[in-house]
Amino acid sequence: MSDADFERVRQAQAERNAVGGKKGAPDFSTQRNNPDKVSLTQSADPELYGDESRDKFAGYNTSIAVDDDDAVEDDDGHDGRLVGQYTATSAQMNEWAHGENEEADILQSREKQAQIASRETDYQKRRFDRANGASEGQSYRETMQQRELEREEERVRRLIEEQNKEAIANGDNDDEMDGIEHQAVLKDGSAEDAKPKEENGVNGEAKPRARKRRWDTGGDAATMNGAADTNGDALNGVKKSRWDAPPAVGGDVGAVSKKASKWDLPPTASGATPALGATPAQSMATYGTDISGRNAPISDEELDEMLPSEGYKILEPPPGYEPLRAPAHRLAPPATPANTGGFMMQEAVDARSMGKQLPSDIPGVGDLQFFKAEDMNYFGKLVDGADENELSVEELKQRKIMRLLLKVKNGTPPMRKTALRQLTDNARHFGAGPLFDQILPLLMEKSLEDQERHLLVKVIDRILYKLDDLVRPYVHKILVVIEPLLIDQDYYARVEGREIISNLSKAAGLAHMISTMRPDIDHVDEYVRNTTARAFAVVASALGIPTLLPFLKAVCKSKKSWQARHTGVKIVQQIPILMGCAVLPHLKGLVDCIGENLNDEQAKVRTVTSLALAALAEASNPFGIESFDEILNPLWTGARKQRGKGLAGFLKAVGYIIPLMDEEYSNYYTTHIMEVLLREFQSPDEEMKKVVLKVISQCAGVSGVTPAYLKETVLDDFFKSFWVRRMALDKRNYKQVVETTVDLGNKVGVGEIVERIVNNLKDESESYRKMTVETIEKVISAMGAADINERLEERLIDGILHAFQEQGVEDIVLLNGFGTVVNALGTRAKPYLPQIVSTILWRLNNKSATVRQQAADLITRIAIVMKQCDEDALMGKLGSILYEYLGEEYPEVLGSILGALRSIVTVVGISSMQPPIKDLLPRLTPILRNRHEKVQENTIDLVGRIADRGPESVNAREWMRICFELLDMLKAHKKGIRRAANNTFGFIAKAIGPQDVLATLLNNLRVQERQSRVCTAVAIGIVAETCAPFTVLPALMNEYRVPELNVQNGVLKSLSFLFEYIGEMAKDYVYAVTPLLEDALIDRDQVHRQTAASVVKHVALGVVGLGCEDAMLHLLNLLYPNLFETSPHVIDRVIEAIDAVRLAVGTGAVMNYVWAGLFHPARKVRTPYWRLYNDAYVQSADAMVPYYPPLEEEKLRRNELMVII
Amino acid sequence: MADKLRTQQQLESMQNKFIGTGHADTTRHEWTSNIARDSYSSYQGHVPLLHYMSIGMGMPMEKVRAQCMEKMVLPVGPAPAVEE
Repeated sequence: MSDADFERVRQAQAERNAVGGKKGAPDFSTQRNNPDKVSLTQSADPELYGDESRDKFAGYNTSIAVDDDDAVEDDDGHDGRLVGQYTATSAQMNEWAHGENEEADILQSREKQAQIASRETDYQKRRFDRANGASEGQSYRETMQQRELEREEERVRRLIEEQNKEAIANGDNDDEMDGIEHQAVLKDGSAEDAKPKEENGVNGEAKPRARKRRWDTGGDAATMNGAADTNGDALNGVKKSRWDAPPAVGGDVGAVSKKASKWDLPPTASGATPALGATPAQSMATYGTDISGRNAPISDEELDEMLPSEGYKILEPPPGYEPLRAPAHRLAPPATPANTGGFMMQEAVDARSMGKQLPSDIPGVGDLQFFKAEDMNYFGKLVDGADENELSVEELKQRKIMRLLLKVKNGTPPMRKTALRQLTDNARHFGAGPLFDQILPLLMEKSLEDQERHLLVKVIDRILYKLDDLVRPYVHKILVVIEPLLIDQDYYARVEGREIISNLSKAAGLAHMISTMRPDIDHVDEYVRNTTARAFAVVASALGIPTLLPFLKAVCKSKKSWQARHTGVKIVQQIPILMGCAVLPHLKGLVDCIGENLNDEQAKVRTVTSLALAALAEASNPFGIESFDEILNPLWTGARKQRGKGLAGFLKAVGYIIPLMDEEYSNYYTTHIMEVLLREFQSPDEEMKKVVLKVISQCAGVSGVTPAYLKETVLDDFFKSFWVRRMALDKRNYKQVVETTVDLGNKVGVGEIVERIVNNLKDESESYRKMTVETIEKVISAMGAADINERLEERLIDGILHAFQEQGVEDIVLLNGFGTVVNALGTRAKPYLPQIVSTILWRLNNKSATVRQQAADLITRIAIVMKQCDEDALMGKLGSILYEYLGEEYPEVLGSILGALRSIVTVVGISSMQPPIKDLLPRLTPILRNRHEKVQENTIDLVGRIADRGPESVNAREWMRICFELLDMLKAHKKGIRRAANNTFGFIAKAIGPQDVLATLLNNLRVQERQSRVCTAVAIGIVAETCAPFTVLPALMNEYRVPELNVQNGVLKSLSFLFEYIGEMAKDYVYAVTPLLEDALIDRDQVHRQTAASVVKHVALGVVGLGCEDAMLHLLNLLYPNLFETSPHVIDRVIEAIDAVRLAVGTGAVMNYVWAGLFHPARKVRTPYWRLYNDAYVQSADAMVPYYPPLEEEKLRRNELMVII
Repeated sequence: MADKLRTQQQLESMQNKFIGTGHADTTRHEWTSNIARDSYSSYQGHVPLLHYMSIGMGMPMEKVRAQCMEKMVLPVGPAPAVEE
């Protein structure tokens, strides 16, 4: 809205207030004007509740920085408050709002969640504010002028706002207030106002977009999406009667007059939910549910019944009005209502529910996966039933594109693929204009979902390649749509955005990219500048930094506006973030480019410069300090001068540059900056705390900083300011403090750190205790416990026991901490073990399952130390107690108890185990039946260990029983369990001889489940490996005589595994199995041959060079006819087998088979032969040289090979 | 269908890596040139073989090597004209 409009509105307000004032003046009848009563509409205490006349968000951070380091916004809001507001920090309040901690909003519908727009932050949503295409068709100069104008407008607007605020602050705000309260009156006027503007927008006329104000939101929203947004009316929030609601679907709504009555509605039943405006999010999934029925438009017949027949007249539609689309005779019939089971009252079929559903079948497109209401806005044309013969070529082309896009966006995968290919292949034929005119509005649609966006972006990516320099006129439009992807939360969206922009810049060329993006560099809107900076960084990475450097230099030194400098520096900041260490060759240039901005007059530019330097230093670590020489001085002096946010940036830069320096310099510069850091320890600002902690840990890491120095100057203050309970409450601070303390600890030693924090282990705050334990754990696991003296050791164990016993919620951190400390102390822990064990025993008895579980886990961790301390008696006691607890009902706990038992068995050995194994194992057999994964894993491990180390302690019958139980484990989902079970079969077979185990396994080959059979086959292979093949092969081959497919296959499979495992041992068995393989290879069943082929492969690979060529050649002869199999599995196995045989018998011999078919007249023959040839060529091309067939033509003869001396 | 496409792609990528590999439409000329080139490069690569050949041909080893290298250019003559 221009200033003239603004003036007019103010006048109108003034007049109305004057009238109102006159009426109410004599008796103060209305509350509103009565000075001694509180206004109804205004909050009583503006100090407390805020005051609506002012910007509600003044003083708040309205834009949320997309990345953490960027805390620069544009509106420096002074709201007149002199006192700070004391409340939780925004970081605390938003902790669960976004990022990785974000909690799913269960109130949000699934459909909404899928939409990108509903996940975006307010800042990201500002992309919708960005007028699309405003600058198309303008020259560079015009664009620049327009930007100038916008800046000026913004400046004036700010001035006015300032004045208003001042006026409010001075207290003369009464009439102002009233003016704004009477919204309803104003609205009507403004709605009328908005109308012509909207039509302008629809016509795509380039027109400077008015700034947003309260009363013209509607107009804005409509212009925003240009022609695409037909819901404009609905959005502007004007209260309308149902009668004049336009049919939301279909062409331009602007044509429908506001005063039109309901009778103007086209009789089509297909208009989707026109009455209730705001973006109808109704998908095809609403078939048959009757909610939509209630909201459906009322039909003519119903209206006739409802309205009195006299006093009303049915108007003729105004001349020139025509229904937007032909009646929906093509629409798909509605599905029958979903029957939910149970009794249902039969309802009369409601005529309205017929055919008002959205179509799923668009003519010329086919069956789509889905079709949303919003899609109608873009693809409505396809169902208007126009005769294709009457359309012009352009229109036909447009429809063709539309159809293809719809297929890509909503189609099934195969449809998408072909449509995408067609779009790509015909891109140049369609032309850039028609393509982008349709794609870009789709990408700006508010209800867009990830999948759709991904597909559309993919389309752009593909057609960019084809269009090449034809895209030039559309570069800006594309950028407007794609730039927001660069600040998306989704990593893949960011990557896609980068790829598009980099392709775009390659297609359009640097000069054109610069001239297109230059006007946005000092755009009034911070959002635009931010995204432009990121886009420029992508351009730099695509076209090379050196090419962009001169331009960047010029921008960073711009005298005209600080915004340009700010954006320029920001580009430099983004480049290292994007490219990493690839900036190194150009580091000097980049630093020089922004160096002077450290002393910029604008605080924001200074801050962003320091952040850019930090990013550059981070990316180039550990090199490139010489490039920073120039700015060291200004940076350090700047850091001493700055305060607040600016200082944080400077400190960050300092923190990243110090690690690049060599020893003496880093020492010198650290001492210089330390003073500032120490001062800022007390800062209440979260951001500052974060930066200070980071810088401290970086300083502690460099070699130039000595432990003595840190102990003297830093540690005291550090622990005083950061080791306080409050820090443990916020997750981020917690992490940061722990990290920094560990970094300091790496320098100053374990003792120093532990000494200072050990008392916190007895603190009353649990999270503080946890933080202490975590720090101690990290420090000790990094550096051991040698540095801890006797007294400290006592306090440490005492404290950690206390912390362990006092935990309210059982936490892995404490468990890890305890385990690490005890393990680090080793034999020094002996005096404390009785106490620890008694704690464990006591907790094993606890009512709560997690406590018991944790106690058992702790045993697992300290078992080794107990052995080291010779506490065998104690372990025996623990073992028998754990044995008692094997009846535990919670599987998680049972698993832990088994784990503890296992670790005890491991360290004390089978023979001295208490309780004796012969008692323990029978107790384990029933537990093997437990279906819980953790239990299974731990039992099988324990049983396997016993089978491996001390099988003699249990009799053979018990082992057989276990074998049967183990068979079930072969079905487990977890691979680890299946593997452990298979290995255990091997151990048991070794212990009690293979015969019985083998018999069990062979029987198991008859079961139905495939997985079980496969695992049995593997187990047989393992048994054969552990007990030598000759014990297994006869029985196995005998089993092949069973005339049952599954069994025979299982035998072949076992043979395959067997030969894979035994490798070279196979040479003794080749001739034994050859007749069996002969039979298998000529079987009718495909799978049979396939499995036989894999046996051949493993046999052949095992006997390479061992003199079994004759057998292999024989098998090859049987294998070869299978070459013409088409099933992928079969052919793959066969080819593998032939390859293996080639290795075994030599390339020459096998190639003799191949030559025959390479130039066979039938393609069907040639193709597999060439595959064989290629495999041979890739694997052993050199070996083929002597064996190529002799070619007798003069040119082809290889005379060199004929040389004989 | 998808599987066919994948094998096609695999074949293409393999042919990019290994020039000597072929497919059902490889012509005799392509194949024989590849054979010749592979042979020549193999002779050069195996020094004992090259040595043997040079003795047999009565030429210095380096000459034989150079000869092998030169022969790799159009080893079996130019490609036959394509008949439309």
